[in-house]
Amino acid sequence: MDVKDGQTVKGTNFVNLRHAGDPVELGKAYSEQGADELVFLDITASHEGRKTFTDMVTRVAATVNIPFSVGGGIGELKDVDRLLNAGADKVSVNSAALRNPGLIDEITSHFGSQVCIVAIDAHQDEQGQWTCYLNGGRIPTDRSLFEWAHEAQERGAGEILFTSMNHDGVKAGFANEALRRLSDSLSIPIIASGGAGCKEHFRDTFIEGHSDAALAASVFHFGEIPIPELKQYLKSEGINVRL
Amino acid sequence: MKVAIVKYNAGNIYSVIHALNRLGVNPILTDDAAELRAADKVLFPGQGEARQAMGYLREHGLDEVIRSLQQPVLGICIGQQLMCRHSEEGDTDCLGIFPVDVKRFCPQRHEDKVPHMGWNQVKMGNGEFFKREASQSAERTMENGQWKMDNGLFSGVNDGDYVYFVHSYYVPLCAETIATTDYILPYSAALHKDNFYATQFHPEKSGAVGERILENFLKL
Repeated sequence: MDVKDGQTVKGTNFVNLRHAGDPVELGKAYSEQGADELVFLDITASHEGRKTFTDMVTRVAATVNIPFSVGGGIGELKDVDRLLNAGADKVSVNSAALRNPGLIDEITSHFGSQVCIVAIDAHQDEQGQWTCYLNGGRIPTDRSLFEWAHEAQERGAGEILFTSMNHDGVKAGFANEALRRLSDSLSIPIIASGGAGCKEHFRDTFIEGHSDAALAASVFHFGEIPIPELKQYLKSEGINVRL
Repeated sequence: MKVAIVKYNAGNIYSVIHALNRLGVNPILTDDAAELRAADKVLFPGQGEARQAMGYLREHGLDEVIRSLQQPVLGICIGQQLMCRHSEEGDTDCLGIFPVDVKRFCPQRHEDKVPHMGWNQVKMGNGEFFKREASQSAERTMENGQWKMDNGLFSGVNDGDYVYFVHSYYVPLCAETIATTDYILPYSAALHKDNFYATQFHPEKSGAVGERILENFLKL
């Protein structure tokens, strides 16, 4: 769930935002439907927005009985401390870690690897090269996806959340080739993000992409894929899921 | 009902407090011996590092207090590990309530990721150990070809239900094992001895199944 000023929104190719409800209510509904984990991303830039988001994290922690992670606007250790104290189980760092990779070491040495998800937004160019982007996919860097993911693991990251900017919002499936390369070369769990459009895409990312988990937003927010139906389907396809 | 949570230097007890609140219980968070002894139920949760946690407990005299508690006590995650005899984490002598030593996971294949993080299934009873030690059959019985859990903590929980784990160290199977999980190898998902109960998984994060386990504990 992308959260702006206390409301859930979801971008299509990181640009157009549409409202999709109260994040706490939505989170509760998803946990009751059988979601295994929730991700809340603060896309508000302002200081007031940050306060609103922290209050929301407190309300989520009081309401939801499954693990959840929070990200967005985490620049230093005290942001992590604030969000974990509000009741989040994990934090995800993205741009701040690319700018200051030592932040990953700091977080994991203070709170353990299990709380630190390194989120990576990357784009594949016509030559097939994957490049990491900053600020929600707005600013390119000179870091390659695979090199950065490897460094993040070495620095203690507990999980990698990889969003393919080419696939996000397109609903034509996850970036399974890149996911498979990440999953096969790293020893930490890889969460696939960006591209879910139908149930088969989830199956494919587990089987072809070797993903450890799959994340989606709009197909759930707009009721296109009911979670219980998706999990039944995955089980029938021989994938180990919690029902 | 008075429910106390042991206050010490291991983090993330907020979710346990929230989970108890959802069950209508308002726990106190305390490191005071008298308050802990006076509670009807004591929870000993946490995430942290064994050596630092044991150091803190000893410094504050909480090791003796926890060992001497008479009411139902539930250790969660690092709490369970600290209730054992010794942990490989920091080569630490622990509380010794459960006579078993905590080991670090040794990955065998690429898929064996450590920490073990995520949802996994629990099986009732003490698994392989059960076959060797037939004397430990008291807490589970065969009913219609299915193992049924007689232990109050898992009442209403089914063999194969999913719960949520985050850990790098594990408690091997032992006589006190009341539920097992298989990750890299079969190990103790839960322990029970006298008034002491413990789970490696986080019931406070395990959806409806976890809620049921916490509710069962409050009813013990």
